[in-house]
Amino acid sequence: MTSLVARGLALATRLHPTDLVISDPSLVALVGPNGGGKTSLLRSIARVENAAGNVFVDGECVDGTPPARRRRLLSFMPASRDITWPIPVRDLLGLGADAEDPSRIEALLHTLELDLLADRPVNQLSTGERARVLMARAMASHPKLILLDEPLSNLDPYWVIRFLEIFRQAVHAGKILIVSVHDLSQLRHFDRAILVADGAVQLDKAPAELLSDERFENIFRITLAGADEWTVKQPADQRSLR
Amino acid sequence: MKKIIALAAILAVALHLALPWHSLRAAWDIDPDLGRLLLLELRLPRVLLALGYGAALGVAGAALQAVFANPLASPDISGASTGAALGAVLGGYWLGLTQPLALAACGAAGALAALALLIVLAGRRAEPATLLLAGLAISLAAGAVTSLALALAPSPFAFYDSFDWLMGSFVDRSFGQVAAALLPATVAVLLLLRRASALDLFALGEDVAASSGLRPRKLSLEVIALSAVAVGACVAVAGAIGFVGLIAPVLARKLSRGHPGRAMAPAAIIGALLLVCADLIVRAVPLDRPIPVGVLTALLGTPLFIWLVVGMRRSMTA
Repeated sequence: MTSLVARGLALATRLHPTDLVISDPSLVALVGPNGGGKTSLLRSIARVENAAGNVFVDGECVDGTPPARRRRLLSFMPASRDITWPIPVRDLLGLGADAEDPSRIEALLHTLELDLLADRPVNQLSTGERARVLMARAMASHPKLILLDEPLSNLDPYWVIRFLEIFRQAVHAGKILIVSVHDLSQLRHFDRAILVADGAVQLDKAPAELLSDERFENIFRITLAGADEWTVKQPADQRSLR
Repeated sequence: MKKIIALAAILAVALHLALPWHSLRAAWDIDPDLGRLLLLELRLPRVLLALGYGAALGVAGAALQAVFANPLASPDISGASTGAALGAVLGGYWLGLTQPLALAACGAAGALAALALLIVLAGRRAEPATLLLAGLAISLAAGAVTSLALALAPSPFAFYDSFDWLMGSFVDRSFGQVAAALLPATVAVLLLLRRASALDLFALGEDVAASSGLRPRKLSLEVIALSAVAVGACVAVAGAIGFVGLIAPVLARKLSRGHPGRAMAPAAIIGALLLVCADLIVRAVPLDRPIPVGVLTALLGTPLFIWLVVGMRRSMTA
């Protein structure tokens, strides 16, 4: 069973020291206001430069492992979809893999319906198409932990649903996915929701409980006005964050 | 692979033109001293310098483009070549260095200083336009200081001497000078080529590279230092040559399926080919005095550069 244990995660001034434990394969959402630290939390788990703390996947310390092993432990899809170079889609999926696994790449091209785009240079694709390519790349090396920064933005409705299905299949295959999301109506598809604001984890609950928590409304400065219907909170309540 | 073999074949033809074996052999048969002079003193150093300098420009250009994630980064646009020329001028005319290897070291130091300044001014992941402007500013400043250093130099002939040298030329270089340029450049190029797959991974961004176990900052600094050594040593001996370091990687990426790191090897061949051909043209053109090869690459390179900029603007607005 895949597990993630992270101790003392921190990133400059953007993320205060944070611990995180996920002991089973699951689909975990990161939510929070802009600039609150969602991306910093994901990046520090992904071990970007200057990220403090330690991350253990199945008990293996990520920092100590050589690149070939590391790609089997975790992968990261950043929020930026920018790629400067005209690398064909098929090549991009295998980028960084020591031994390319053609059948795995073909399967992913098929799953993400990239077959027809496989030989196109990735920098000529639309943002949503590039999101699918980067998603496929994040899954290519069979990592146990998949970190996705806003994978659902720039997608059309069909692909939002398909991505959520693909996430769920990955969880069934024993993986942990940590996904930052903005659209609160997607939260019900997740097993667990973590609210990050002011550079720290504020709430960590099941999605339904999180949505009904009073602090959730205060932090987001919105209030539930009906089924999936939100309105802006009155300015008087703005500063009661904690 | 086929394309690379074809390229190597073209390069072989160009080399054959640059070193016409039969005529050299004929000269040697008539007068061995003349033959030795023609081959060892005139032709061979010139061809070796063109080959090596072109390869160094191609590889350094491809490496810098990969690190800066910018198809317009190159030794000349980044200010490295101008910085190297300044370093060599200061070393030659003000420190009184005459050893070719010492001058090559000054060139490398100048290139490194220019690239360090570029990072301070623009950052490692700057927008293409920011990088271009910062590089232009450094080039202009280094060029102005170079002129000043030449004008005030203790030697009254500095300005006159520097014409043949700084404008980029392979004429009348000794084997010692060629070795001073190409030994450091070869070592730097080989070390750069070893970083090809790491630079390919850089295409996905520094965060992804770091999460895959690379150390982006260390890799960037290594690539910048090695490029400075490769280009700086060559500039100190043969002067600054523009555009080859920009164009060779662009063409090379058509052979490397767009991979920025893997493009370094074909960029070496293309860069070498471009400079050997440019030198052939300079030799063949019937003018009363030879023009420096750097002038020719600038004349031919400018339209290509404009074509690149227009292409980038189109892809941005598209």
